[in-house]
Amino acid sequence: MFEGVPLTWFLITGTIMFFVGIYGFLVRKNLITMLMSIELILNSVNINFVAFNKILYPGHLEGMFFTIFIIAVAAAEASVAIAIIINIYRRLVNIDVEKMNEMKY
Amino acid sequence: MTTNQLMFAIFAAVIIIFSILTVTSRRILRAATFLLFVLVATGGMYFLLRFNFLAAIQLTLYAGGIVVLIIFSILLTSHIGEKLEAPSVKKIIPAFIAAGFGAALCILTIVQHPFPQEVISSSERTDIRVIAKALISTEKFGYALPFEVISILLLAAMVGAIILAKKRKD
Repeated sequence: MFEGVPLTWFLITGTIMFFVGIYGFLVRKNLITMLMSIELILNSVNINFVAFNKILYPGHLEGMFFTIFIIAVAAAEASVAIAIIINIYRRLVNIDVEKMNEMKY
Repeated sequence: MTTNQLMFAIFAAVIIIFSILTVTSRRILRAATFLLFVLVATGGMYFLLRFNFLAAIQLTLYAGGIVVLIIFSILLTSHIGEKLEAPSVKKIIPAFIAAGFGAALCILTIVQHPFPQEVISSSERTDIRVIAKALISTEKFGYALPFEVISILLLAAMVGAIILAKKRKD
């Protein structure tokens, strides 16, 4: 319970966001939209970490530090992924996953 | 209904509605804008939980950095008015079943689990000096090693991104 807001509410919000991200990752074909689904998934995990930290262990800061490191990893992942996407676009003039069937060129 | 509950309801509604719009919108630039709303609402949730430093990081790095990067790459790789083709029903049904089943299972488990109720949650803000000291401390509850590892990861990502996106000479 955090000043009237139960922990369960945060966890349910995080769960819905996570599975919406999973749905988008399975359905989408464009590489950039798949990357956006991954960002959704990472964010839902962050909400869970922060809510657990604040509500179950208010004196500690572990959840917050994990969230900071997850954000840093997400930034690194997004930059490398977008570099790869732009490289693929330059070669194939297309970023649909179904049209990419070779890794070597 | 207290103010906190009201704020939580607003943030949760924004997060859920716009994350669904992010994965279903057929215009890719709009999907990126909806993602921006989701990330800002997440930052609001951190403010609600009194993690001010974390909310500032969320706003500058996610909403200011990653979304701008995504929008630039959208502008580089597709036309603005372009509509994505709608996913086929053959793809939607299994994905919907997988996501819906997983969500139902998780929510059921969360609702049934008895979380401790008696923990008194403090609403005081975290002092920035505590965070700074923990990030460079090597003692218990110190994060010097992950901090250094993440700095090497960021350097490697930077070099890798430059090498990957560079134009080949051949």
